[in-house]
Amino acid sequence: MRAPILEVRDLLKQYPGVTAVNGISFSVPEGMCFGLLGPNGAGKTTTIEIMEGILTPTAGEVRYRGEPLGERFREEAGILFQATALQNFLTVRQSLAMFHGLYAHGRDIDEVLKLCSLEALAERDNRKLSGGQLQRLLLAIALVNDPAVLFLDEPTTGLDPQARRNFWALVESIKAQHKTIILTTHYMEEAELLCDEIAIVDRGRIIAQGVPRALLREHFAAVLLELPRADFPDGARKLPLQRIDADDRVEITTDDLDATLRTLINAEVPLKNLRIRPANLEDLFLELTGRELRA
Amino acid sequence: MMRRLLSVWHARNLEFIRDRGTLVFTLLLPLSIIVGMGFIFGGPPRPLFKVGVVGGAAAARADAFFHTRYVQFLAVPSAAAGLHEVRHQRIDLLLEPGAPPRYWVNTDSPKGYITEKLLLAADPHALRLPVSGKALPYLDWLFPGILGMNVMFSCLFGVGYVVLRYRQSGFLKRLHATPLSAFEFLSAQVLSRLTIILIVTTGLYLVIATMIHFHSAGSIALLLLITVLGALSMIALGLTVAARFASEELVNGLLNLLTWPMMLLSGVWFSLAGSPKWVQWAADALPLTQFLHAAREVMLYGAGIGAIAPNLIYLALVTLVFLGFGAWSFKWRI
Repeated sequence: MRAPILEVRDLLKQYPGVTAVNGISFSVPEGMCFGLLGPNGAGKTTTIEIMEGILTPTAGEVRYRGEPLGERFREEAGILFQATALQNFLTVRQSLAMFHGLYAHGRDIDEVLKLCSLEALAERDNRKLSGGQLQRLLLAIALVNDPAVLFLDEPTTGLDPQARRNFWALVESIKAQHKTIILTTHYMEEAELLCDEIAIVDRGRIIAQGVPRALLREHFAAVLLELPRADFPDGARKLPLQRIDADDRVEITTDDLDATLRTLINAEVPLKNLRIRPANLEDLFLELTGRELRA
Repeated sequence: MMRRLLSVWHARNLEFIRDRGTLVFTLLLPLSIIVGMGFIFGGPPRPLFKVGVVGGAAAARADAFFHTRYVQFLAVPSAAAGLHEVRHQRIDLLLEPGAPPRYWVNTDSPKGYITEKLLLAADPHALRLPVSGKALPYLDWLFPGILGMNVMFSCLFGVGYVVLRYRQSGFLKRLHATPLSAFEFLSAQVLSRLTIILIVTTGLYLVIATMIHFHSAGSIALLLLITVLGALSMIALGLTVAARFASEELVNGLLNLLTWPMMLLSGVWFSLAGSPKWVQWAADALPLTQFLHAAREVMLYGAGIGAIAPNLIYLALVTLVFLGFGAWSFKWRI
């Protein structure tokens, strides 16, 4: 077991009338990509911002390399917020140089530009970047101090699918450099692709934690059947099936596909629109909370 | 076309009406200017002439001249100080009570001529001591005011709005996640704005001075020191306003609340010498008043550092107090 680089202990964050984080604890070994997965308002961003030292918890603590967050953490952490504007009238290179100057040590700016595929945009005014390019610049800024731990808070929200895939490739190349990454997302595909371990957060609490595949194995049988809700008659609701009702569809999990299909046929459930697929983290969240991840 | 136009017209009107800060200031600002000007310049008719009295007027109250209407009598501490005022036509006549009384009048001053006639009508035996000296051209008098006003707007809005925009956009939050401290951030803002102000003000000084053939009577280095302290005090005020707030309307309102009284009361456009005492006390509390007083004393009358030390100390104190408060109350995020 690798030593934890970050330890989160009994975090509690309360605002008047709202408990945003309610007793969250976990630890992240060095070199791991750890994902906080949950719907909007689950407490992911509050948790990660407490971990970044931006927010003060009502109770609990975060330790970096065994010590409370301090000067060393600020020097060694790279952060990409959900939304950050940069100074106007600065080029990509100048924006990077400004942040580079805030740290005692850092990576060569040309090296960071290359890593984030920004060489061709180095002299461009950062206001003239596309969404994907701006996100790459913000990632470059997060990397400019050669961080030991990188926080990515919903880094691909708002990006088009192509830009999102490019960004994932970039994060994978950073992972290959054995950086510790803390990622929040509500994209299950992103978490499955990038994270070594995930914690599913809902209403300020962790409701499941582990390696994504192990979690899926633990909670699901081999396959998952998906039917439009309109195709599932009321009479079929009494059938002995492991069923979850989502907004527009009914999901049935089973480890005996043949028997389940026979049951549905006997109940005269139309199977024209039936989909059979393996379970994913979206299904896991639905299974655990009865609600959809992006609801 | 009309439908589209009306649709946008209606939406824009709603936007304006619902932006309460702007609405309130649009209505209140002109009203408050009228009310304020009424207080300052309203009331009974103002004196037409100013007479300085060495040692104060109390000892000579019985003299007929002191009952002349529309003449304001001002106590001056010494004949030398009063003489300086007569030479620059800041008072129309200087009187030293006695038997016979002595008076100094500027032979270049039209108002001095009239005031002398009034004095001699009341006391024909008064001893005449003529002096000469030109009145300041209004442009020369206005010049420091314009420079000071430019410094004030640039510092208050330049710093206040920038910090607000940084906070609103999340840029401050991003900086907070680095080793940068609030003190370092604020100091960088202060120094950046100060550098810009010094370059801009020097440029403006050179251009305007060339245009109006102005030559500073005092030290340029001292003028630079006044500008540095004046700018620092305004930047500190701007930072204090923007230290915590995230509402554009509120910050805009507060900055207007600071700039308009300074525009009207600090003597940018006209002297407040004849205004009620409480107005002058209020004006003296404003950093722009101290800045302009010091700048005019140096630029127009060649004052040295000793003469303007109280102004400089006041500006330094304002800077320290507001910078300290700004740093203490500073918030990185909304």
